[in-house]
Amino acid sequence: MTASAETQMTSRRRSLLQDERIRGLILQILVAAGVIAFAAFIVHNTATNLARQGIATGFGFLGNTAGFDISQHLVEYKLTSSYGRAFLVGLLNTLVVSACGIVLATILGFLIGVARLSKNWLVAKLATVYVEGIRNIPLLLQILFWYFGVLATLPSVRNSLSLGDVVFLNNRGLYASWPIFEPGSGLVAAAFVLGLIGAIALRRWAKRRQDRTGQPFPIFRAGIGLLLGPPLLVALLAGLPFSWEHPELRGFNFSGGLRVLPEFAALLLALTLYTAAFIAEIVRSGIQAVSYGQTEAAYSLGLRPRVTTRLVIVPQALRVIIPPLTSQYLNLTKNSSLAVAIGYPDLVSVFTGTVLNQTGQAVEVIVITMLVYLTISLAISIFMNWYNRRIALVER
Amino acid sequence: MAEAMQHYKPGEHPDLPPPRESVGPIAWVRQNLLSSPLNAALTIGSLYLLYLVLPPFLDWAIFSANWQEGTSRADCVKDGACWTMVRARFGQFIYGFYPQDERWRVNVAFLLFFVPVAALLIERVPGKRYFAIFLFAIYPVIAYILFYGGLGLQEVPTARWGGLMLTLILGAVGIVVSLPIGIVLALGRRSALPVISLICTGFIEFVRAVPLITVLFMASVMLPLFLPVGVTFDKLLRAMVGIALFGAAYMAEVVRGGLQAIPRGQYEGAMALGLNYWKMTGLIILPQALRIVIPGIVNTFIGLFKDTTLVLIIGLFELLGIVQAAARDANWIGLSREGFVFAALVFFIFCFGMSRYSQYLERRLHTGHKR
Amino acid sequence: MVQLKMLTAGIAGVVFSVVGAAGAATLDEVKSRGYLQCGVNTGLPGFSAPDDQGNWRGLDVDVCRAVAAAVFGDSEAVRYTPTNAKERFTALQSGAVDVLSRNTTWTLSRDSDLNFEFVGVNYYDGQGFMVPKDLGVSSALELDGAAVCVQSGTTTEKNLGDYFRANGMELRSVVYETSEQAVQAYIEGRCDAFTTDASGLAAERSALAEPDAHIILPEIISKEPLGPLVRQGDNEWADIVRWSLNAMIAAEEYGVSSQNVDEVKAGTDNPEVRRLLGVEDKMGEMLGLSNDWAYNIIKQVGNYGESFERNVGLKTPLALARGLNEQWTKGGILYAPPVR
Repeated sequence: MTASAETQMTSRRRSLLQDERIRGLILQILVAAGVIAFAAFIVHNTATNLARQGIATGFGFLGNTAGFDISQHLVEYKLTSSYGRAFLVGLLNTLVVSACGIVLATILGFLIGVARLSKNWLVAKLATVYVEGIRNIPLLLQILFWYFGVLATLPSVRNSLSLGDVVFLNNRGLYASWPIFEPGSGLVAAAFVLGLIGAIALRRWAKRRQDRTGQPFPIFRAGIGLLLGPPLLVALLAGLPFSWEHPELRGFNFSGGLRVLPEFAALLLALTLYTAAFIAEIVRSGIQAVSYGQTEAAYSLGLRPRVTTRLVIVPQALRVIIPPLTSQYLNLTKNSSLAVAIGYPDLVSVFTGTVLNQTGQAVEVIVITMLVYLTISLAISIFMNWYNRRIALVER
Repeated sequence: MAEAMQHYKPGEHPDLPPPRESVGPIAWVRQNLLSSPLNAALTIGSLYLLYLVLPPFLDWAIFSANWQEGTSRADCVKDGACWTMVRARFGQFIYGFYPQDERWRVNVAFLLFFVPVAALLIERVPGKRYFAIFLFAIYPVIAYILFYGGLGLQEVPTARWGGLMLTLILGAVGIVVSLPIGIVLALGRRSALPVISLICTGFIEFVRAVPLITVLFMASVMLPLFLPVGVTFDKLLRAMVGIALFGAAYMAEVVRGGLQAIPRGQYEGAMALGLNYWKMTGLIILPQALRIVIPGIVNTFIGLFKDTTLVLIIGLFELLGIVQAAARDANWIGLSREGFVFAALVFFIFCFGMSRYSQYLERRLHTGHKR
Repeated sequence: MVQLKMLTAGIAGVVFSVVGAAGAATLDEVKSRGYLQCGVNTGLPGFSAPDDQGNWRGLDVDVCRAVAAAVFGDSEAVRYTPTNAKERFTALQSGAVDVLSRNTTWTLSRDSDLNFEFVGVNYYDGQGFMVPKDLGVSSALELDGAAVCVQSGTTTEKNLGDYFRANGMELRSVVYETSEQAVQAYIEGRCDAFTTDASGLAAERSALAEPDAHIILPEIISKEPLGPLVRQGDNEWADIVRWSLNAMIAAEEYGVSSQNVDEVKAGTDNPEVRRLLGVEDKMGEMLGLSNDWAYNIIKQVGNYGESFERNVGLKTPLALARGLNEQWTKGGILYAPPVR
């Protein structure tokens, strides 16, 4: 080999190292190897630790009898139910408090967001104070405040505040009369579902007709009629298949009727008020993002202010509002796990708390919990992405 | 009208005062509070709401409150708030169970922290670089020795740290550690190398999908299982790791927003100058991207700071935890509201201060783009 | 980044501690380390709680001190790791502590499934209920439909369910993450009753603003033998902890206390006591310790009776009677196997 060929070789080798793609490849292999090695290290340690402690792995424990009580259960749950059942109860409790929170926080948040832009000085200032005050105080503090600072100071069971004999309020919760469904109420439900389908169909038809002929249709009033009419009619025909169950003081506590636990109330209250402050800011900036020219243009076309708001401003503002709103919904759902601080039996409290302690299956329990939250997050973001696409600007 | 009509030459008409109805407090009230029947109703409603909330609260918190010193609930004779409790417990609220004789160390550590921070935040102060070097390179060592002990100082185990001091330590460590990790993650997510991008994206999305409390549970219950046999971590350190990693994922998304906002031309320009990736990122892209997202970063800091309260669930007594513990003391039983209001005020001052500073920065940094 | 590394390195240097392989030879580990790492409760008056000076005191803490006295001849060579109900088992499993002495109930599943070894019982307890006096309840069987505050993740929670189920009563439990929260909720009237081990009830009641306004119901609904535990698989170490506890119990039986141990050691003819105090035979060496191991325990920590009276006895705020925790010779069930 001649000297010149040798230099050529080294220079090629050097150029290989200088080639960005090769370097990128090497870097990726190194990083991937590092991450895999790290993961293997963790898995190895965990396996060694578990083996050394002789902890049985697997999900068989979900079938064992739980044997502890859960204060709020939406599906049937007894002391003899399994850990799997307890998981389901906890999951449903998380979902119900999140769903209620999302609905209430959205309503309150929109109201306050609009109030911040109000021409009324006092209303705008009050809304600002609310937003700044709530946003800068930790949520956990607010939850504890409502639970220990407010709801715990309500009168005791025997001195309950009452409204007629229908609603009772004390430091163990809110009790109210609740309908019991008797045979025949299934028909009412069926009528409601039929009405709902009819209302949706009518709305589609009305929209198509308006697109075609320009004739508007009083869809709102007709829709309400369709939703309420048939169930009411069926209920009357079936002879009102409900009876009311009233709460009654028996022994130490009220039983019967609807029971709202103070843990639930405190958590819902705090989540709603806290998230509403963030939603209000999102709504405000969304509305402000719609340029004033749009309003002026709408007025010059002869649209009235209310119609302008409904047909011009809101649809455009929504496009700005939806993406951050999604992350607020996600935050609210995740924040509902703070239930553990006040003993509301949500997923984290029941499953990652009690079940983990009773069974000692730390790895399985935490993996399941995280998977659940991942799924919820994914579901909410898929739904909101779909909604976002639907209302997104269609370029013509 | 006709006789009042006076003729002026064009451009010589004297300035007239505005119509009486459009100036002064009455006009202001009319315009801002009573412009329409709906508006008037809203005003009345708001006033009623204020009337319902404000006088009782002020009465409770100030006028009928107990401000004197005392040792138990019995010393609170008036109906209002019992601030006596906060006074009696003040030391604990600030320092936790830190030994009385050693508390000067905490004071010195915070003084050494806040002076350079203030110097960095206030524009007029010169020599920012030296303050920054001190704060990031020298200060952590000093603070560590002051808080924990060593060099002749008595050792104070982390189990005795608590109160506002612990809140601030957790917040500061979380902020200082999460920012660099967040930047690295954001760069990784935007990387053209698929493996790196995948790993970073996976980490960010996973952490952002789960609640902090499960991360903390994992740090406190599962971390010992992840480590080799016999290796253990201090509980506080485990909480710090959890908070910092959690904050880093959120920080990464904020930084990514900044990176995406940098026009393509900046990248191309840097490459045309022959800069390699690291030089391009370090000298051209990051300085601009970070500048854009400073408000977002500060907002993440605020969130992180508020989230430090969650460590009370895994049994660390930060400010909120110690306030709650005080309400369980037999001497002060049932006084949870006073403690919560005090803690809320402290958190509000810190968070509101930070958010005001971020708004100030936003206004200052946006001067160039203002239309 | 450099600064960051320095920061982490600084913290890691001292806080991050490698306690070494917790495999076969815990004793060697402990000896080379120079102190015992003991897991205790985060704060249960009388059992393990820090006093005004921050020193740990209590019945459970005395077990740790006894082990340290046996191993090092110095009962202060202990570092305490406060653990909550959730962390305690991982702390022992991972080797963060050598002994867990934290009012932990000896159960079959913990002994087998969690792979621990309970070495004895230092307090025979049972679960009970505390109710406000003005509730007008005198028996736990009258609690049908009552709201009961309880701490999550303990045997207590399951016993509660079992008891109500067995007696056909309706239970409305309110479960809190920590015992402190459960007590607070009970005080605020969220629940009619609070339940935990009877000793814990006494401890919590003594800390209430008006202890006399609350009563502890007579029913004891479960057996809660509380004792120290170690990792399974190191029998030598388990022996040391077991016999440290037994030495305290035996010492009381033979009337040896921290006050008279020197005189007894010099003058006794009782062969059992002579063996215990290392005057005769070489019991300590059999355990891998020095022969004055038990002497050190008794001298520095005291016998079981002394520890009981000092921490939870009638003269303390807890005012617990000996009850089951009396020597077998006096009607209790404390029974140390012979030192032979």
